[in-house]
Parts: sequence; C-alpha cells; structure tokens
Amino acid sequence: MTKWDYDGPILEIDKLSISFFTRLREIPAVMDFSVVVQPGEAVGLVGESGCGKSTVALGVMQDLGVNGRVVGGSIKFKGRDLGAMSQEELRDIRGSEIAMIYQEPMASLNPAMKIGKQLMEVPMIHEGTPEKEAYQRALEVVTDVKLPDPKRILNSYPHQLSGGQQQRIVIAMALMSKPSLLILDEPTTALDVTVEAAVVDLVKDLGKKYGTSMLFISHNLGLVLETCDRICVMYSGEAVETGSIEDVFDKMQHPYTQALFRSIPLPGADKNARPLKAIPGNFPLPHERPPGCNFGPRCDYFVDGLCNKDQAIKMQDIPGNDRHRSRCLRINEIDWAAPMALEDTKTKGAIGDVVLKMDNLKKYYEVAANALFGGSGATKVVKANETLSFEARESETLAIVGESGCGKSTFAKVLMGLETATEGKILLDNHEIQDTPIEKRDTKTVADVQMVFQNPFDTLNPSMTVGRQIIRALEIFKVGKNEAERRERMLSLLDLVKLPREFADRMPRQLSGGQKQRVGIARAFAGDARIVVADEPVSALDVSVQAAVTDLLMEIQREHKTTLLFISHDLSIVRYLSDRVMVMYLGHVVELGTTEQVFSPPYHPYTEALLSAVPIADTSVEKEHIVLEGDIPSAMNPPPGCPFQTRCRWKSKVPGGLCEKEVPPVRQMADGHQVKCHLSDEEFNNMTPVIKIAAE
Amino acid sequence: MGLFILRRLGVMILTGLCLTFLVFTLTNLYPNLEKLAKTQGNFRMSDEEVSSFLEKGGYLQPLPVKYGEWLGVLPSHRYTNEDGSVQGRCILPGQDAAEAPNFCGILQGYWGFSTVFKEEVAGIVGKRLALTGKLMLWVMLLMVPSALILGVLAGMREGSATDRTLSTVAITTTATPEYVSGVILIAVFASSAVGLKWFKGTATSAMESANFENFFLPVLTIALYGMGYIARMTRASMAEVMTAQYIRTARLKGVSFPNIVMKHALRNALIAPFTVIMLQFPWLLNGVVIVETLFNYKGFGWTLVQAAGNNDIELLLGVSVVSVIVVLVTQLISDIGYVYLNPRISVS
Amino acid sequence: MDPLSWGEILTRIFLQLTPTWIALVLLFVVSVMFKRKLGLYGKLFDSTVGMIGFALVMFWVFTGIFGALDLIVTHDPLAQVSGMKNKVPGTPLAGAEEGEYGWYLLGGDNLARDVFSRVITGAWIVVQIAPIATAFAFMVGITLGLPAGYYGGKLDTFLSFLANLILAFPVILLFYLLVTPEIVETGIPAYMATFLFVFPLIFVGILLNSRYYTQPNFRTPLLIGVLGVMGWLYLSLISEVGSKVHVIPGFMDLFDIPGGILVVFVSVVFVNSPTVFRIVRGLALDIKTRDYVAAAQTRGEGPWYIMLWEILPNARGPLIVDFCLRIGYTTILLGTLGFFGLGLPPESPDWGSTINEGRKFLSIYLHPALPPALALLSLVLGLNLLADGLREESLRD
Repeated sequence: MTKWDYDGPILEIDKLSISFFTRLREIPAVMDFSVVVQPGEAVGLVGESGCGKSTVALGVMQDLGVNGRVVGGSIKFKGRDLGAMSQEELRDIRGSEIAMIYQEPMASLNPAMKIGKQLMEVPMIHEGTPEKEAYQRALEVVTDVKLPDPKRILNSYPHQLSGGQQQRIVIAMALMSKPSLLILDEPTTALDVTVEAAVVDLVKDLGKKYGTSMLFISHNLGLVLETCDRICVMYSGEAVETGSIEDVFDKMQHPYTQALFRSIPLPGADKNARPLKAIPGNFPLPHERPPGCNFGPRCDYFVDGLCNKDQAIKMQDIPGNDRHRSRCLRINEIDWAAPMALEDTKTKGAIGDVVLKMDNLKKYYEVAANALFGGSGATKVVKANETLSFEARESETLAIVGESGCGKSTFAKVLMGLETATEGKILLDNHEIQDTPIEKRDTKTVADVQMVFQNPFDTLNPSMTVGRQIIRALEIFKVGKNEAERRERMLSLLDLVKLPREFADRMPRQLSGGQKQRVGIARAFAGDARIVVADEPVSALDVSVQAAVTDLLMEIQREHKTTLLFISHDLSIVRYLSDRVMVMYLGHVVELGTTEQVFSPPYHPYTEALLSAVPIADTSVEKEHIVLEGDIPSAMNPPPGCPFQTRCRWKSKVPGGLCEKEVPPVRQMADGHQVKCHLSDEEFNNMTPVIKIAAE
Repeated sequence: MGLFILRRLGVMILTGLCLTFLVFTLTNLYPNLEKLAKTQGNFRMSDEEVSSFLEKGGYLQPLPVKYGEWLGVLPSHRYTNEDGSVQGRCILPGQDAAEAPNFCGILQGYWGFSTVFKEEVAGIVGKRLALTGKLMLWVMLLMVPSALILGVLAGMREGSATDRTLSTVAITTTATPEYVSGVILIAVFASSAVGLKWFKGTATSAMESANFENFFLPVLTIALYGMGYIARMTRASMAEVMTAQYIRTARLKGVSFPNIVMKHALRNALIAPFTVIMLQFPWLLNGVVIVETLFNYKGFGWTLVQAAGNNDIELLLGVSVVSVIVVLVTQLISDIGYVYLNPRISVS
Repeated sequence: MDPLSWGEILTRIFLQLTPTWIALVLLFVVSVMFKRKLGLYGKLFDSTVGMIGFALVMFWVFTGIFGALDLIVTHDPLAQVSGMKNKVPGTPLAGAEEGEYGWYLLGGDNLARDVFSRVITGAWIVVQIAPIATAFAFMVGITLGLPAGYYGGKLDTFLSFLANLILAFPVILLFYLLVTPEIVETGIPAYMATFLFVFPLIFVGILLNSRYYTQPNFRTPLLIGVLGVMGWLYLSLISEVGSKVHVIPGFMDLFDIPGGILVVFVSVVFVNSPTVFRIVRGLALDIKTRDYVAAAQTRGEGPWYIMLWEILPNARGPLIVDFCLRIGYTTILLGTLGFFGLGLPPESPDWGSTINEGRKFLSIYLHPALPPALALLSLVLGLNLLADGLREESLRD
C-alpha cells in the first residue's frame, strides 16, 4: 500500500469512550478521553494499573477483543476515522502505519518462528517486497537497533536471545515499515534498569531518525519525562490532566497529578524536607466509581456537595499554557504553589548493636550443564554469592541493590536457611547459623528472621482466609496459649499494618495488591521478627500505594527496632529509606557504604551507571548520560576477572588489562565505604556526581 | 541428540524388562501353571501328576531362572525322561536333543510354542500383527487428519458457533467407548432387522480383501473414540495459542487471519496434540482388542483375547512383548518429535 | 393384553422414573436458588453445558439409588420369564400375576430377562463403583504425586518411572492378567487391595497431623478417633474370612466385598493412579514456586504441611475437573471389563456385560444391546460435559 501524505495531526482521539461487556454488566474502561498526537511528537500516557491506558492503545489499534467496544467518540488517524474502516483497511494500516511495542518481549515474539522470518513478514505483507529485499531491510533495521551480529540474530529463535535483545527485536519489527505512529505499551517494565535505560535511549534516537510520532504508555513518570514532549495523566478511565511536560511537571493543575508526584521518591530530594505522602484510600473498581469526580474520595481538596455531585466533569483549558487542560472543578480555588503540609516529623530510632554479620559468605550451586537431557556428569558451578561480608545493626535499614542475576535472592535464601552456605559465616547474635537449615533452627531463630515477598498476588495462599494465615504463623512461632489468644494477637497485627479487623475473615482475592502486601508484612511480624528481609516489597505495587507500604515498613521499624534488609533495584526508594546501601553485581558486592557515600562520588563504575539509568520524575534534575553496552552476563557463564568488565566504561583507564585478569580487591575508600574496583585513587577522585539538581 | 536417544533407549529397555518380567511372573503363578498342566494333560490329573508334569517342563524352577531362559540368557532347562529321551524348551518335537541349541529365548528369536494354535508364537504374532497393522493404518489415516482439522477449526475462534458445535461432537465421541459406538454403528448401518444395511457387521472377510463395505465400520469405531480426544486437545492448545501475545503481535502487524492460523499458530498449537497422539497408542490397543472382538477380525487384539482366555502362556508373553515394544517406541518417537517441533528445547 | 406402542412405552418409562424426576427438580430448584452461596458448585449453574452435564449425571445417580431402593425396577433383573426370550419392547407379560408389572418395557433379552430392569440395576453398580474407585485412585495419586513434585530428585525419578511403567502397559492386557479366577486364588488382588487402600489412611493421618501438631492436646485424640474409624473400615474392606488376607475376626468385619468385585476395584484403582500421579506431580511442580510456599518454608513449616495445606488446596480446580473426567473413564473401564466378561459374575446386570451379551444377536435383535449402550454413553457424556462446565467456570475468576 502507499503511505498517505497528510499534514494535520497523526492521531486525534476525540471524546473516546470504551466499555467492556460481561454477562452481568457493562464496565466502562475509558470515558471521554481526548488526545492529539502531532507529527514527530511523543505523547506519554501515564496512570496506575487499571486506569485504562492500555485500553486506549488497543482502541487505537481497533483490537478490543470480543467483549470490548467503542461506545462513543472517535479515533482519527491522519484524518481518517479508524472506527469506520473495514477489516481489510485496518489490516493495511496495522504494522505499516501504526505499529505497537509491548510489555513482555518474550511473549510477543512467536517462539516457533525464526526472528528473520518474523521481521521480513512485515514489508512482505504491506509492500509486497520480494524476499531478498525484505531480508536486506531486516538486516538494516537489526543493525539500527544496535544488535551485534545481525545475521546470526536473524537466523535464531526468540528464546536464544536475552530479554533486552528480544525487546530490541520487537522494536525493530515495529520499525520495519517505517510507521507514522508507534504505540509503546510499558515497553521496558520487564527489563532491568540498565537495560531499560539503553532501550529507552534507542527508542528516542530511532523516533527522531525515522520521524515517527509516539504514544508512550507507562506508569513511570520519570520515563515519560525522559522520552516525551507531552503528557496525559489518566485516573480511573479518564484523562485528568494533559499538557506539555514542563507544564504538567512544574505547574500541575489537578489534585491527582499533584498527589502522584508527592508519593514518589526523588533521588535528588532530601527525605526530611520532602517526605513521601501516600494517597489515601484505594483505586475505585471500574463498576464502583463514585459520583462526580472519580478522585474525589481520595482528594485533599474535596468539597462535599460540589465534587460528589452526580454530574460529568469536563476538561477545562488552563489559560496561558500550551494546550494544558485539567479535569477539576476547583482549579482556580486551589493554591497549587502551596508547599506540602508536613506531618509531624518522626525521628528515627537510634541505630543499635550489630545483630547480623556476614563473613566471607559464599554460595555456589552445581547445575547440570544441560538441564533437560543432562545428568551425564557435566556439571557447572554457578557462583551465586561470592565473598559477601557486611554487618547489619538494630534499627538499621540496609538496602541491597542489584539487577537480575546479581545474587540477592540467593543471599536471602541462605540467610533464611532455605539453603546452606558453601563457605563463610552468618552470625546472628554471634551465633553461627550458616549451616543450619531451617528445619533445624529453633523457633526463636526462625521467628526472628522473616521475609516479605515481592509479588503481592502470590504472597498469600489463595485458599485460606487472611486471619487463618496469620494465626498459622502464630501457631508455628508458638505465640499465644490458645486459639482465642492467638486470634486476639492476629487482630492486633492487623491493627499494626493498618488494616480493618474485618479483613480477618476475607479471602486474599478480595484484597487489593497493597492490602495483600500489608497482610504479608503482618505475617512476617507475627513472631516479633527482629530481622526482616524485604524482597522488592513495593516494586509490583502502584506508585500511590508504594509510598503507603514503604511508610508502614518504616513505621513498624521505628516501633520494633527491626533490622530491615531491603532488596530493591529502585534507587529512588533506596535513597529514601535506607541507612546503608550494598550494591551487588553477578554475586559480588561491588560497593558498600552509607547512603550518602554510595550516592555521591567516588562511585563504583556500576553504581554510577545504575544511578544514571534511574528515570527521575523531576525536571530540575540533570543527569550524566551513561549507557551501558550489552546485557548482564549470565551467572552461569560469568566473564573472567572483574564481573563488570564487559560493560565498564572505565575499563580503559586501568593499565595492563588487569580488569580481565583479576577480580579486583575490596578497597576501603572512607570510613565504612568500600568499593571493589581496580581504578586508581586519582581516577576515583576525579569522578563527578551523576545527579545534579539545577539551581532554582 | 545421539546421547539423548541412547539414554531414552536405555530407559526403554529397562522398562521393557520390568514389564515382561511382570507379565512373566503373573502368567507363571502356580494356579496358572496348574491350569496349563490340566489343559495340556487332562482335567482329572491328580496333584502329583500335575507337579510331575510341571517338573518335566521346567516350570518349577525359580522364577528368575525361568525368566532368564525365556529371555535367552540362561541355558534352557532339560529333563531326561525315564526312557532316556530328553525333553526341553529348545528341543522341537522330533528333533534330536544333541542338535538342539542350549539357549533359546527371545534374544535367539525363539518365542515359544502356542498351546492354543499349535504353532510357533513368532509366526502367529507376525501374521496377526500384519492384519492389525492394516487396521491401524486406516485408523490413523482417518483419525489424525480429521481430529486435527476439527480441533484447529474449533480452537481458532474460541466461543464461536463452530467451536460450540465441533466441541460438542468431540465430547460426544470421547464419551463413547468402542463397545458402545460399535454397537450403535452396527445397529444403524449393518443390522439386518432395521438398519440401513450399508455396511457389513463383521470384518472377517476384510482379513483377505478389505473394502469399504467390510472395513469401514471397524476403522470408524476405533477412530471415533480417539478422534474426539485428540480434537479436544488440539482445540485447547489452539485456543490457548490464539490468545497468546505473539498472535496479537501478528494481528497488529497486519497479518491476515488465515495466515495467522497457518503460519503463526499452527506449529505452536500442534506441539501438545502430537505428544498426545503418540501417547494414545497403549490405549488405541484397547480399542483394537475391543473392535477386533466385536467385528470378529482375527488380528493382534483378537489373538490377545484368545491367548489370555485360554491360558496360552507363551503366546500371551509374546503378545505382551510386542505391545510393550510398540508402546515404548511410540513414546520415543513422541519425545523426538516434541524436540523437533519445539525449537525452545535444544538438544546438543 | 396388547403390546404397547412406542408412545405408550415412553410414557410408561417416564412415569416409572417419577422418583428420579422429583429428586432432580428439587435438586435443581434448591441449587439455583442458592447458587451465589455455593462457591464453585453454585457457579456451575451459570453454564448451560455444565448444567446439562450435571443433570445427566444426577439422573443416573438418582436412578441408580432409587433403583436399588426398588422404586423404579419393574421386574427382578435376574429372573427369567418363560416366553419372553428376545421379545420386542412393550411385549405384555404372559400370565402376569396380581401386582406384577404387566410389560417388559424394553423387551426381553436372550435369557428372557427384563432389559429395562437390568439397565436400571446396572446403573446402581456403576454409580457405586466408579466414584469410589476414582476417589481411591486420587488418594494414591495425590499421596505419591505431591512428594514427587515437591521434593523432585531421586524420589521423583523413581516414582515417575513406576508410573510410566504402569502407563506403558496396555490396560486390557493388565486386566486379562489380573482379573482371572486363578489370580484371585493366589491372593494377589487382596494384597494389592491391602496396599492401595491404605493410602487414604496415610493421607488423612498426615493431613491432620501436619495441621495440628502444634496443639498436641487436640491433635492426639483427633488422630486416634479418625484413624480408628478409618482403620476399622479399612480392615473390614480388605479382610475376609477364608481369603488370603484375614486379619480381623469375622464378627468385627463390617462388610464383605466379593472377590470378583474387589479385583475389579483394585485393577481400576491401579490403572487410574499413575495418571492422577502425573497430574498432581505437575501441579505440585508449578505451585511450589509460588511465594506463599516460600513464605511457609521461611516460617519453618514441615514439608507435608506445605504439600497438603499450601499446595493441594490451590490445585483443587484442575483436580476436580479431572475427577469428573476420570469417573467417566472409570465407567468406560468397568464397561470394558464387563464386555470381556472379566471379574463381574456372568449374570450381572452391569452395562458392559449386558452390551456383550446383546451384541451377539445384534444383527437380529437390537433392543437388548442398545439401551445399556445408550445409558453408558449418556452417563459418560454427562460427566464430560460437567467437567467442561466446571473447567470453564473455575477459569472465569
């Protein structure tokens, strides 16, 4: 088909409403949604899960499934109404004019088809390109997305590539026909931070190179700031605020946008001057939306009789700004510049004695070289943890930072006693526990070291009531003499995590993600745990809920003097709550120090890259641009010498190829600050801060 | 790949040994031997006569020894009669004891002698297997393509009217075992009383010359039951694949629906049913036994019934060995096919 | 009396089945009224397919029960009435006495017995044996499949090998080897019964102990009580005066299972267990990676608590579906056994045997073979539809 030339906006969505129809009722997923994408423009669509942002994308693609239907408004692509097109016409547009990139790269590539074929298909369908030409084109595009050895890649199956490479292929596939509009639906959520940074970089560059307009869907404000020109904030099926990045980030005109910004930690800001403020309440279910303003019940500026009057609220233009609109009745009454009302500042409990000490801990696994058909002797040693040494004190939060494969989960398993250490010591109150598997540990030890898990939808047994699960933990920890006492204690634990007592008789499926995570925390504290390992406890939660759960953890810590081992890949939140930080890469601790020390130079080169990779939702922050090459090596097959040498940008500064030969020694930089690197002191001293806050 | 097949072969041989040993044990239990003695001799034998008969035949040796002999790894038992003549498993009637080999078992190609058919087991098994092979060939030719087409058609648009109809058909055929469908088919198509009289109710004549009239009903009867099962597996697999992300990718890439089904979905959707088809063999054997009995087609299944019903130990063992081998070989094929179809599994 | 027309035959059969209809209507009315409170069972009534399947299944269950209570059958299923041999449906009974039903509604079979009564009585045999045998197979499969999936390693390799061994065995051959009078004589089925039927005891014992071991005062009496009753039932089941397994005196023996039925029971359980084992093992492998299992491990729960209280309840969806399918499969197996005249007594009215007898004269008389064939078909179809409905509904939320 021929590409049409059209001068107006690429995409015009006007008062779009989309509903899903179930047996019981109609569920409106998107209501009165309007957005315009101009040629070459990148528009970000931001909101929490369930706000309807992905539905908008599918609506543009006219691919809503059997139950979904556009019930109002129109979607125009280059001036033509997509809703009025026949299936034939739509098929012509899909892939050639509008292309889409999805969240899960592995799932969106056909596992039984070679990459080359999947790529070549696009021009062959749309332009009738002969096979040879299509192959040439595929080669070009794969080179464009910066994949090494394009020929080999084209000839391989998706499972033979890493997650980052797969996502690059998906991007390449979208660009095969030089589309006018690219829809990206959370394209980097499944990727590690440093890989994410590289992919985002790539998308930005290619967007410019190919002149493509973009609709970028994300829950991450920082990412949108880095990639987009304009932003549209959605809440519960409606766009609540839309405008240019600068206007929305700095001069927001909707309470939800404001609340959202106040609930996310910014690594540049001080936690005392700018504490997190969680949004109270819960996201309304699509069929239980309140009358009037959807955000009303959770809004600080709520006025009874106005905000909950049963009437549709229209978007209003904000005069003076560029196409800046907001859906709030009280725009002119609210003082948007007023600083956040600070709650009483809480003082953190004094850090006490050492309760946990790791000494040269090592954990190696032996795995069959060929997992499926192996067993014929060939085994490989995977060094999941290499010489881990640190100590953690009472009331202290130690953050463990690293991407996938860095060994943080293995470390948690060894500490919990689910695995025993290969070498080294774990001292709990000067008591060696590294060789005691959990079944041999006494109740006290088990109750003392507990864990909070990452996935809230997986952390509770779906077929047991919330109360029963907590009572079971109490039984195991021998708390309470009889059922009645345990029940009482269970209810007080629910109070502790600020859940209503009636939740005791609910099933986990009746709870939201944040509530489940609270139950998980209550369960961990059933036996008055003194050390809690929190394995990415908030990363699967929505931003507005993250703050509340984080605050809860910190509050319990203050009261119980708990030692918190906080595993995370999110440096913003780490900076916000931790006292000390340990950075891990491929089983090695590459840097350890207080939060201040780790977040300011001198850095380990990996820490530096991590800091640069974190998207920050603050327009006043300037970051040094560091993009790491390639992917994280597999722990099965680590590089020789320094684990980070394959991606390190400082490698050339070390003479004699030392990085490739020897694992660097642990260097003491300042008091309690250690770095595992070959760089000279001079180089370290010349490092500049990655994150700079521009002068106001 | 070679190593993988070798390992599988090892497991296969072990399984085969275990199973034949089990069959051997069960058939060689004393009550069975006693029955054998009485059917061979006469039914009024006293207990002493029975044990002396068994003693002569070497049936009273320890079980592992007997198994070893049958397998052909131990020298065969010989018994010298009072008149000086020597009898033994290896000595065929009329053969001189000195000329007979010491070892005669499965490994030497000697399968024993059937007491019912008065023939060598190997010959019977070969002949009957050929007849059943013919039956199975037609069953597969009818069953597999129609089941796959049915499943793919039903699964490619889940919930549609086509899907509902085809799924109901598939469920009904899986709910109809061969002895029920056979009876109904005969009643409708072959009964001389009220039926349509299109086909014949027996397949005896099909053993020599099979034609549509005398062979279609038995083939259809076996195929129907298996068809429903495979069709449902294919449907489930197809329906799952059709909701996969990569199908959406293909759709939003502008691939037309027929091409999505043929190029993107089919290979992925066939991985599961392929394994199922191959693993259906042990149970297809069931169908064969029932249908051959029902239609009086004297194939392998019929032989099994005869051997088991008449306590023909050697023949029963022979039949077991063959069926176990068939089952294991199909399992091996299923594994290899799975690896071939599914690129995610690499065998280095 | 005149022979009945087909309309009259159907009307009379319909009237004869009145108790079944009443029970079915009651069950459906009550269930639909309270369907929102009945969990998965209630949701079944949202699916047409599921309701049809459930109706078919419950039709045969009620018919079987009322048949056994002598509410439906018209004649003694074993009695031969002279002059009724191979008579067509609706033939009046020559010389019917006072109070005796006047017709053979579905005709007479080769031995002049009433086909209708035999089909109804046959339902009772299936309705009794199939679910119980399937339940036993599930006990065995679950008790072995959970540790195989959870622990993995050598135990898994060994148990999986055993399961594959049995699965590689043609079912029919196994039946021919196991279900013969000679084998019954050796006592092998009785020993197998002793082994297979102990699994429910093990299962319940571990289930209760792993849950309540933290409260010994409660646990010990509970275990003694439950295991005592189950143990007695178990011993009554396996022990029989005069058989190879005779462990408790006759006066304590609550019930006796005839050797023929026991061997049928044992072989059906034996054949079904490996498949259940494989399903349970697969589910356990999947569920053991969940965080709530890890949470249980980190608070020091024992492996059996995790298997039985954390993994098993969350595998119940697929297991319930498979349970329905498997009852259907067991029904088919029972029919196969009857068809080959294995195990059950020759005059037994079970459907398989009846089909086998009827098929010999199929080219002349259809009526003795068709009713049991259609009965079996409808029951198995009902179970399959029920399973389908359950699967659909359990996937919905």
